[in-house]
Amino acid sequence: MDPYEGMPEPVARAWERGLTSGRAAMSRRRLLRAASLAAGGTALAACGIPPAAGSKGGNGPDDTPDHSRKEKVLNFANWPLYIDVDEKDKKRRPTLDRFERESGIRVKYVEDVNDNNEFYGKIKPQLAAGQDTGRDLVCLSDWMAGRMIRQGWAQRLDPARLPHAVTNLEDRFRTAAQDPGRQFSYPWAGTACIVAYNKKATKGKRVTSVSQLLEDESLKGRISMLTEMTDTIGLTMLDMGVNSERFTDDDFDAAIARIQKAVDRKQIRRFTGNDYMDELNSGDIAACLAWAGDVVQLKLDNPDVEFAVPERGYLFGTDDLLVPAKARHQSNAEALIDFYYQPKEAAELAAWVNYICPVSGAQAEMEKIDKELAADPLVFPDASMIAKGKNFRPMSAKEEAKYEEKFSKLIGA
Amino acid sequence: MTAVAPVTPSAPPPPPSNTLPGDGEGVRGRRARRRLTPYWLLLPAGLWLAVFFVAPLVYQASTSVQSGSLEEGFRVTWQFSHYTDALSTYGEHFLRSFAYAASATVLCLVIGYPLAYMIAFRAGRWRNLLLVMVIAPFFTSFLIRTLAWKTILSDGGPVVGALSALHVLDVTSWLGLTGSERVLATPLAVVCGLTYNFLPFMILPLYSSLERIDTALHEAARDLYAKPVTTFRKVTFPLSLPGVVAGTLLTFIPASGDYINAQLLGSPNEQMVGNAIQKQFLNVLDYPTAAAMSFLLMALILIMVSVYMRKAGTEELV
Repeated sequence: MDPYEGMPEPVARAWERGLTSGRAAMSRRRLLRAASLAAGGTALAACGIPPAAGSKGGNGPDDTPDHSRKEKVLNFANWPLYIDVDEKDKKRRPTLDRFERESGIRVKYVEDVNDNNEFYGKIKPQLAAGQDTGRDLVCLSDWMAGRMIRQGWAQRLDPARLPHAVTNLEDRFRTAAQDPGRQFSYPWAGTACIVAYNKKATKGKRVTSVSQLLEDESLKGRISMLTEMTDTIGLTMLDMGVNSERFTDDDFDAAIARIQKAVDRKQIRRFTGNDYMDELNSGDIAACLAWAGDVVQLKLDNPDVEFAVPERGYLFGTDDLLVPAKARHQSNAEALIDFYYQPKEAAELAAWVNYICPVSGAQAEMEKIDKELAADPLVFPDASMIAKGKNFRPMSAKEEAKYEEKFSKLIGA
Repeated sequence: MTAVAPVTPSAPPPPPSNTLPGDGEGVRGRRARRRLTPYWLLLPAGLWLAVFFVAPLVYQASTSVQSGSLEEGFRVTWQFSHYTDALSTYGEHFLRSFAYAASATVLCLVIGYPLAYMIAFRAGRWRNLLLVMVIAPFFTSFLIRTLAWKTILSDGGPVVGALSALHVLDVTSWLGLTGSERVLATPLAVVCGLTYNFLPFMILPLYSSLERIDTALHEAARDLYAKPVTTFRKVTFPLSLPGVVAGTLLTFIPASGDYINAQLLGSPNEQMVGNAIQKQFLNVLDYPTAAAMSFLLMALILIMVSVYMRKAGTEELV
């Protein structure tokens, strides 16, 4: 049998040469050395990562072919526990099921966004190569959504297919710094980063500010902050009297230095993602930075858990829905966004996830579902609550890299 | 041992001949083919190595000498300063990783050896059951097992309560291993997590080398009036050395690169080099530094392991 069968002729001959006559001229060792040198030089130099902006999948609705008409499917990547589920059957999601029935679109709902950076690391290679990520709709925090838009990795949405969203989006969400005029993204929910504590663990003491978290001796080793840079640094800056919407490098460094002191004193137990919830619940963490929606949910099970909106302001952000570049089903994705901007559906969603609802008219609908929640400023903020909320200002790519570097040194790595 | 027959000068061996009777193309071809056989047998493993080891390694080597940013792209500029920068910035993380991994390895050996010995020589019909129990933790995910330790070691939990009542925590906190009232988020918690997670990797090779020891050797030692301790020191332990070396390597190498234990059971002051690499890669998006750090980690482990192997002198392993 010819071992080179099936290979193109020149390749086969090269193989043959390499394995037979080539060996007479070159010992294996020399061959290996030569090969490794050649590989070292050429292969190393040949690699390289193309610029993100250069490989633009960034496109209007016209650029990427939309297969929505033929393929009635939608791949939706969201955070865990971020959609309503049926009380009796946890596998059923009432609003999503209704969307499937009404639109005839089958939604593949996957809870695979656990961390903005991790998720970005996961889909980046495909986006950079100009390929479909297999996801038509993803939910990312505002700063990460901003990065995707900046890099041209989000598809421009068509307002004509978003009638409810265009009319019902609360005004204060329209001028988002990461996406002015909402051309690429719509908020799934608003987030408020506040201070939470476990009454039992603090022995009844109220914890109401970042200063207290960082400097109260009685909480030593029992406080946590978040691995999300914007939240942790933003809230610390607000506590220092700096507006997180207009800060300078020096302000940033001052906030880092202040938290670093607490790390060095072993005041801070951990920097966490969503996993602070367990430890706050058990009391291992006495007080921490927390996301309001989590705390509302946690409070239902554990009356010891309390929260405080810091006097000097809280960090306000959004989790935005966007369609990644090269996604195959843009109009299906838009249909889903629009569906959730109907006040009734929005209220049902908010009643379960307990995050800030960005849909006007939903509060009135919530009255019918849950009067208490309709009056909860953490879900439907009133004027004073809105006034206290501050964004983290958008950063350039260079700034983002610089800040992330300082922040990751701070959190121990 | 076979006796070597004395060579008699009077009967010289027949002159070496290159040609065998009936030599022709067929035999030479067959011989050539036979010479190639090992290479064909190596092919699947070779391909696997090329695709999943060499290619990523080359790619990573290239990344480590690039510079640039995500937005501008990364280009190869042969910038080797990533390596020196990484060492000077994260030297502490490297040291901490090796210290934790070494402590965990020693603990694994101390805990694992008696257990492996017991299973190999004393377990009788319980042997298989015990082996299954050693492997049983693998049926759950690494992450879940580590998270379970958070519950076990939680501040108000029974373990911390007991240790505190016995004043063990006073001693360990004086040594700087734990806090005075907690174990979680301290170096001890991270080392314990590592020890627990890698213990089976120590026990299994130890068991397999102990189990191969012929018990007749023990009887012989006894017949020659060796005390049990002497038997262990002179017979059992030396014969189990390959298992000890394999076990320590299988524990130390992955433990040095581990980041889950430090992340879940440690505080910001206990982060290991794996955490730093992860942050560089995912958060800072500084791929070159992340790649350089991975290479440094690999190189340092390689150096330590080869020194260790040289000292341990177990050539039969390699």
